[in-house]
Amino acid sequence: MNPGNGLERLLAAGNGVEAAAAEAARRFAEQAALEGTAEVAYSTIDTPVGTASVAATSRGIISVGLPNRDLDEFLAGLAAAISPRIVEAPGTMDVARRELDEYFSGQRRTFDLPLDWRLVPGGFYRKVLRATARQPFGVTATYGEIAAKAGNARAHRAAGTALGSNPLPIVVPCHRVIRSGGQLGNYGGGPELKKWLLTLEGAVEE
Amino acid sequence: MRSVASREPFQAFLDEHRAPVLAFLRAMVGPVDADDCFQETFMAALRNYESLDGANPRAWVMTIARNKAIDHHRARARRAIPNEDVPDVAAPARPDRDPELWAAVGELPDKQRTAVALRFAADLRYREVASAMDTSEAAARRNVHEGLRKLRERVGKESVR
Repeated sequence: MNPGNGLERLLAAGNGVEAAAAEAARRFAEQAALEGTAEVAYSTIDTPVGTASVAATSRGIISVGLPNRDLDEFLAGLAAAISPRIVEAPGTMDVARRELDEYFSGQRRTFDLPLDWRLVPGGFYRKVLRATARQPFGVTATYGEIAAKAGNARAHRAAGTALGSNPLPIVVPCHRVIRSGGQLGNYGGGPELKKWLLTLEGAVEE
Repeated sequence: MRSVASREPFQAFLDEHRAPVLAFLRAMVGPVDADDCFQETFMAALRNYESLDGANPRAWVMTIARNKAIDHHRARARRAIPNEDVPDVAAPARPDRDPELWAAVGELPDKQRTAVALRFAADLRYREVASAMDTSEAAARRNVHEGLRKLRERVGKESVR
């Protein structure tokens, strides 16, 4: 555009639409999630240890992004696995946001949220994560114990692999599964986060 | 569903195009009705997200926005009382600034108004204006230049500083 041309400048000026566009887009995203045109809705959640994220379909929570997991990478994974029709719609995820918020501030011990298990492969993986979902707040189990609950006591390595690919951390509390020697073991969000979560639950000493 | 799986999340598309789409629609139908057209534009884009394949995303969403603006004008004309003096297009109300200029934009023939709004309000390149309007780039330039010429005549030198 020729900057010297007054008319062209006027036509382009006064387009201070960014704030109005952001608000219009916010309303659009909530509506698209509400009526199901968007197949996945997500929201970010502030926690004491960073920004977490949570995504849901019409069936329930499909994925939880641990604090400080890269949001773009989290969404790209969902776009590839489920659908790119993804919008940020915190309004439609009130209950999940509140429950996670309460958990991270130490005011909630169990979750009452419908889950969408589509990202968990069937068979042994799913049995492991279902068993983990029943692991009580503040109580740890070993990989072998979880493998036994899933129907194969000797498959503790496979149980570890299944837990390592858990798309629903926190609500399926894989951080409560630790090594038999008392070491905490690996965690998707890093060993420090695993320790922080178990400390929050009173399962380990600070 | 084959191609849609590799697409970026719709939220990123929405964030990238929301401001130029709203600016364009404000120039086309005025600030009040622009919001309805905005909602309809992105809902249609979301429904048809897989058909974006290979297209210029900006031009693609502007084509949808342009169609929503045309639908809006038609619906408005249908609602009007038959012997009322119905203008061909709804003059975009720009209460914020330069109401004269935007009223003049609203009175341009459809192709020129659309081309001017795409080029300046939405800040598209001529190649993208052409793509959004399904014309040649030369035709896009002609529409913009002819539109500007008429606007200069109508609005007059003193108000274009």
